[in-house]
Amino acid sequence: MAIEMEKPTPRVTELRRTIRVMSDRPVVVAGAIVVFLVIIVAIFAPFIAPYDYNDQNLTDRLQSPSPTHWLGTDALGRDVFSRLIYGTRISLLVGIVAVSLAGAVGMTLGLAAGYFGGWISNIIMRFIDALLALPPMILMLAIAAMMGGGLLSVLISIGIAMMPTYCRLMNGQVVTLKQNDYVTAARAGGASNQRIMFTHLLPNSLPPLMVLLSINLGTAILMEASLSYLGIGILPPVPTWGNMTQSGQQYLLILPWMSIAPGVAIMLLVLAFNMVGDGLRDALDPRLRGTL
Amino acid sequence: MTSFIIRRLLLTILVLVIISFISFLLVFLMPGDPAAAALGLTASPTQIAELRHELWLDRPFIVQYFHWVSNVVRGDFGISLSYRDPIIDIFKERLPITLYLALWAFILSTIVGIAAGIVCAIRRGGFLDQTISVLANLGISVPIFLLGILGIYFFALKLNWLPVMGWTSPVDDFLLSTRQAVMPVIALAIPGIAMMARQTRSSMLEVVRQDYLRTAWSKGLKERQVILRHAIKNALIPIVTLLGLYVRVLVGGSVIVEQVFNVPGMGRLLVYASFSNDFITIQAGVLLIGAIVCAANLIVDISYGWLDPRVRYD
Repeated sequence: MAIEMEKPTPRVTELRRTIRVMSDRPVVVAGAIVVFLVIIVAIFAPFIAPYDYNDQNLTDRLQSPSPTHWLGTDALGRDVFSRLIYGTRISLLVGIVAVSLAGAVGMTLGLAAGYFGGWISNIIMRFIDALLALPPMILMLAIAAMMGGGLLSVLISIGIAMMPTYCRLMNGQVVTLKQNDYVTAARAGGASNQRIMFTHLLPNSLPPLMVLLSINLGTAILMEASLSYLGIGILPPVPTWGNMTQSGQQYLLILPWMSIAPGVAIMLLVLAFNMVGDGLRDALDPRLRGTL
Repeated sequence: MTSFIIRRLLLTILVLVIISFISFLLVFLMPGDPAAAALGLTASPTQIAELRHELWLDRPFIVQYFHWVSNVVRGDFGISLSYRDPIIDIFKERLPITLYLALWAFILSTIVGIAAGIVCAIRRGGFLDQTISVLANLGISVPIFLLGILGIYFFALKLNWLPVMGWTSPVDDFLLSTRQAVMPVIALAIPGIAMMARQTRSSMLEVVRQDYLRTAWSKGLKERQVILRHAIKNALIPIVTLLGLYVRVLVGGSVIVEQVFNVPGMGRLLVYASFSNDFITIQAGVLLIGAIVCAANLIVDISYGWLDPRVRYD
């Protein structure tokens, strides 16, 4: 690296290096572009979609793709393409909120368990072990069933299903990091437990957790789609790619795009998030660079 | 090794107890009255009160929990609210179907996934490696229901090679059963194949850099020997861990595959139960599946200790 006149702080160089390593790889850039485009589409959905997502037109039901209806119309005469455009909103919303929820709860529990150790760690980690033994799908199904579907139920069930991984990863990080001299120094300087946990341990344990967060965005979107496909997630008439795939399935022979298009949309968005996540992991963990 | 197994076994039992508590808690925390939800809007207050009493919902939490657990231990999960049959009988009918499909998917994805991963690692950067890596990335991103729908569209509706959906026991009609099982098994296996291929590739590439592998090369062993005897054995260790995780993914996939292909297994049962507010069946299903996953993890842990002696002394 060239000698720099002004020495930036280590954290800024680290960020720059991360971005440089990521932007070197075309797939990662492609993934980032797709994610960016989908965000734009979600924000400007009303201007992009040719029709409202709930505009019913019973004389035009079950139309094949045509210049007026790019992906045809569904059983209630609603424009499938417009619903696909609006579907980006739920996918992104659920992805971001559910992952933040899982991350916030899981990381706090993991931080507490790792820092305090002893019986606190025992109680938290055994509970996490039990949650980890339950397949996320089953846990989500049970929670969604108890809460009766809808946005809140989807967010909470995906959040709970994802939370244990964050807790375990954070716990592992903190157990190692708290041996460091800077923690001893902070304690000697009179820092409170809270201060040590949140200003010293939390920032230092973030890199692997960031990777998990970015990869989980795709997973959460996939989970929402699955729940909505099963009919216990976001319920119609709100358009989500999952429930659109499900309701289109019965017309598969005559109008295949009605269910295949939203399914493919899910795949592409999840793929894009996974690409960005992979790039982030390669950039933050030099040991793994190029092996995945 | 014995003390390692005993320690693992005790830990599994502890986890099972906590799972039973969690699955019980699910219903307890349910907003609203579970009995009223199960009976629907037409039920009279007396009917609801009767059901509450019958299900022990009118007792304190701890009493309810121990009553339920003591029945479960004796194999009595109660009567399903939607089917009106003992839940244990429904499970006996449906669990084998799910296990049958899941077992085939497990075998398929382990063999194909590990083989693909090894090929990638050996021919790193080559055409095969790049193609498989792209496919593997698609494989972990694709929703299983899309795989199912595409399969139905092309292989059943367009080409007429396979039946659209349904389930027949292999004992009744082996040929029809196999034809019906092909698509569900493949749809279920694809994400697994992709996971295995990615993990195998990266752990092989990790192993290739180790000193003992350089030694194997430098003492003049053939490529075959280096890979089969030295690399794969060590690369398998993280893959075994993944197998434990994969069981959870497989169970989740079964729920969706059974829905797409109309297979009367555990997954479909739980989805139906959740539509009809049959919370006792869900509770029992969560516990049973948790127990199965725990058993699978126990096997994984023990084989891990057998593959890598260092693990036994943690």
